Order: sequence, then C-alpha cells, then structure tokens
Amino acid sequence: MRAIVSVVGKDRKGIIAEVCSLLAENGVNVLDISQTVMQEFFTMIMLIDTEDCPLPFADLCDRLTLHGEELGLKIRTQREDIFNAMHQI
Amino acid sequence: MLNRSDILSTIDMIDNQHLDIRTTTMGISLLDCADTDIQKCAEKVYDKITIKAENLVKVGCEIEKEFGIPIVNKRISVTPISLVAAACRTNDYTPIAKALDRAARTCGVNFIGGFSALVQKGFTESDKKLIDSIPQALAETEFLCSSVNVASTKAGINMDAVKRMGETVKKTAEMTKDSGGMGCAKLVIFANAVEDNPFMAGAFHGVGEPECAIHVGVSGPGVVYHALQSCKGAPFDVVAETIKKTAFKITRMGQLVAQEASKRLGVPFGIVDLSLAPTPAVGDSVARILEEMGLEVCGTHGTTAALAMLNDAVKKGGVMASNHVGGLSGAFIPVSEDEGMIAAAKSGALCLDKLEAMTCVCSVGLDMIAVPGDTPAETIAAIIADEAAIGVINTKTTAVRIIPAPGKSVGDEIEFGGLLGSAPVMPVHRFSSKAFIDRGGRIPAPMNSLKN
Repeated sequence: MRAIVSVVGKDRKGIIAEVCSLLAENGVNVLDISQTVMQEFFTMIMLIDTEDCPLPFADLCDRLTLHGEELGLKIRTQREDIFNAMHQI
Repeated sequence: MLNRSDILSTIDMIDNQHLDIRTTTMGISLLDCADTDIQKCAEKVYDKITIKAENLVKVGCEIEKEFGIPIVNKRISVTPISLVAAACRTNDYTPIAKALDRAARTCGVNFIGGFSALVQKGFTESDKKLIDSIPQALAETEFLCSSVNVASTKAGINMDAVKRMGETVKKTAEMTKDSGGMGCAKLVIFANAVEDNPFMAGAFHGVGEPECAIHVGVSGPGVVYHALQSCKGAPFDVVAETIKKTAFKITRMGQLVAQEASKRLGVPFGIVDLSLAPTPAVGDSVARILEEMGLEVCGTHGTTAALAMLNDAVKKGGVMASNHVGGLSGAFIPVSEDEGMIAAAKSGALCLDKLEAMTCVCSVGLDMIAVPGDTPAETIAAIIADEAAIGVINTKTTAVRIIPAPGKSVGDEIEFGGLLGSAPVMPVHRFSSKAFIDRGGRIPAPMNSLKN
C-alpha cells in the first residue's frame, strides 16, 4: 500500500536521517521525498510503500506518530488514496 | 508524486478547518422482524441490528486512522417502525423504541433513526399508534430519533397529521422537560422526506432501499469559509466557482470513505449526502460563510440570495465527485448547532420569518429552533404547515425540528450540549392559528405546471 508521511517540527540536523531509519526499521520503502524549511519549521512529505512492512497499517501509523513525538516531530501517516481523491480527477 | 501544496492543504483542512466526515450511517431493513407479539418483534429488531451493525463502529475507526480523516458520527437508520410494528397486537410501541435504543448502545453508535411514520396521505392504525408513542419513546430512550412525514408534492399536506404533530411536539417537550425539552431535538416533521438520508434526527431506511446500505454525510463549512477568505470583494462568479471546487474536494473524500466502508462491511454503498453541516464549534458555521460573502450579520437582507447561491454551488461541485448522490444534499441551517446562527439570533438579526424564507432555497428546514415553552400546539402545527407548504410547492424536502423550551421565554437560552449545541429562545407570532389548524383534512396536491 502506498501512503503519505508528513513530518513537521523545529528544524535541526539529522531529521531526515532519523525518520528514514525509523521507516527502514519497520520495513517501509521510501519512494519520494520533498522537504523544505519554512520559518525555522522543517516540513517533509514522503511517499512510502508499506508492502514489506510486517505491521498492520494502523499500527504502523501509531508507531511512527509515537516515535515522532520522542524525536520532537509531528509525524502523520495517511493512505495516499485520500489525497488522490481530493486533488485529482 | 502528488503536489506538495495539495497534500499540505488537505492536512490544513483537517487540522484547522474542521474538515470531517459528519456521519457514516448504516441503513437496515427491519421488514422481516414483524410479529404479532411486540416482545418477540422487539427481540428480532435488536438481534438483526446488532448482527448487521456489529462492525460498523470498528470499521469507521479503522478508516479514520488509515486515512487520517475524522468520522464524527457512526449511526444506524431503520425501516419506519410504523410498518415493522403494524402486525403487533398492542397500542404502545415503546418496547420497540427501547429495543432500538439498546441495539444502538450495543453497537456503540450515537443515534438510531427510524421511529417513524409516513402519513402524507392518511394514517394507518399503526401510524396512529406510533405517533401516540413518540413522546414516551423519546422520554425513555437516549439514542432514538423519530420522524413523521406529513406532506408530499404528490399527496398534498395531511392537516390532521400536522395538527397531531403540533400536539406531539408539545407533549414531547413536556415529558422531557428535565433536559430542556431534549426529546424535541430528536423529533423531525417532514414534507417530501427522503428514504436514504444519513443525517439525524430525520434518518430512516425507506422501503425502496436494499436490505442494508451504507450512506455517508460529508461536512465542511469551515473549509468553504476558509476558501472564501481568498476571494474577498470578488464578484459572485468567482465566489460560486470557489465554492464548487471546495465542495468537489470535500465530497470526493466522502465518496472514498463510503466506498471503503462499503467494501469492508460487505454492505452496498448507498449515497453520499452533499451537505454543509455546521457544528457549534467556532470556524464550522454556515452563517459565517454567508457573512463572509458580505452580510454584516446572517439574517439581514441578502441572506436568502447568499444562501441560495451557496446551496446551489455546493450541489454543483459535489455532484461530479460522487457516483450516487442523495439524502438531503444542501446547506443545513440548524440554529442551535451553528455558532454564527446562534450569534445572529441573539443579536436579533435572525428571526423565525427570515429562517422560513431561507428554507425555500436550502436544505432542510426550520431546524433546532427554540421557541417559548407556552407556545400553543396550534401555533407549532401552523409553523409545520407553513414549512410543509414550502416543500410541497417547491418539490423539495423541508422539515421542522422545533423545541418549545419548557418554562423558558424569549431571551432565555437552552443548552443541549455536544453537537446539538445551545439555542436562544426565539419569538413566535402571538396571533392565533387555532381555527386554521382545527379544520383538519388534507390540503390537495399542487399542480406542477403554470409555475409562477
């Protein structure tokens, strides 16, 4: 299943590395990344593939959110379908 | 990959603009639950609902999590009970009301609708029993909603039913006076009621519906309001276009959720209801959208035109986004459930007469309006008759959900809490409609040509 991970937090060094390690630990493959810093705020949007992730999708969402909090980041994982439905005809 | 700003805009809509799925409603046919013994009938009703809707809330929560979109309510609608209970040898349908309430509690839904009767052309014996049972049924249950259809464009207006419903509303208020007449917030009187409405309190599962179906009601006044802030001072062509685009996005999300819920529950997808359903939360108000269009306060001159445009644009945008549209589809204007409407009513800008005019151009009717507790039953019946006439003549659904607030008068306020909000008590005309209502009979169906 493809999903969108959005990561928001105060900018510092190593955020991309930390989030990517977290995803790799859970068997998640990153397909695309878009990242920027706006007014000291780090914003990253990743397209991921959860095909090889052993966890049920809902548990993966929870785990990423929880680990995000430990890293001082707001991580949200949503199925890609919702964005396609809303923004593509 | 998707456009980055599109992704962020969806997240912003959910986080800051109250974007949500207002309700996922499972419609269940209870036609096979008939029995001459009301206790057996009640058991069958309970068993069928709890089996069919066993996973409704669970699936709703899963979808919520995976898509990251809140689904505020999970609800159930059933076949009008006046049909289901017609075979029962009894005069009181309260046992079935209680069984429905228990089933709602077991399934974890927050409302169950369908304690209903369709009497637009006349009463069956069962319809009379059901209507007589409404006050007690609503007083003794927590989740039950009731509705009665008293008029239709094809049949005209059943004025005997209108009179009876005026009395029923008063009695319901009296029997639920400890909660401010809360029972009346769960009682809707319709003209041209629809069979696939997912919204409460007027939802029921019509006889033309399948065994079981999933309907979804979307929402999003906050999103529309936010979108309009980007076109301040622009002509109405731009405003209409902006609303259409926004409604399209909101409805597509509803369609996605409906399909997903239908697939996971193994129940056919019914309809998406294209609605702007407000909540009492700041930033989730239909009135504030109208004010954003340039009205100082909702209710002033221009409000009907603004609402007509909003309602039409929501439908135009939404209809392409879903393969089956139905229900009440349009902007809702419940007073107590809309922060801006409450403020407008308190300021005196919004009166009952203006609200009545507004219901000519939007979904659904005089909704969640508190009037003085000493308002006569005939006056309430006359308000119902006026609203039914608007629906019948204009071939649209209209409804009345009115609360004669026990012991309260103009200037007071009643608090229902939660999504039902709080309502300022609004004045009604003090001149009598008694002789008009006492006539009874039926107002004939209107002709549908020579439109003027």
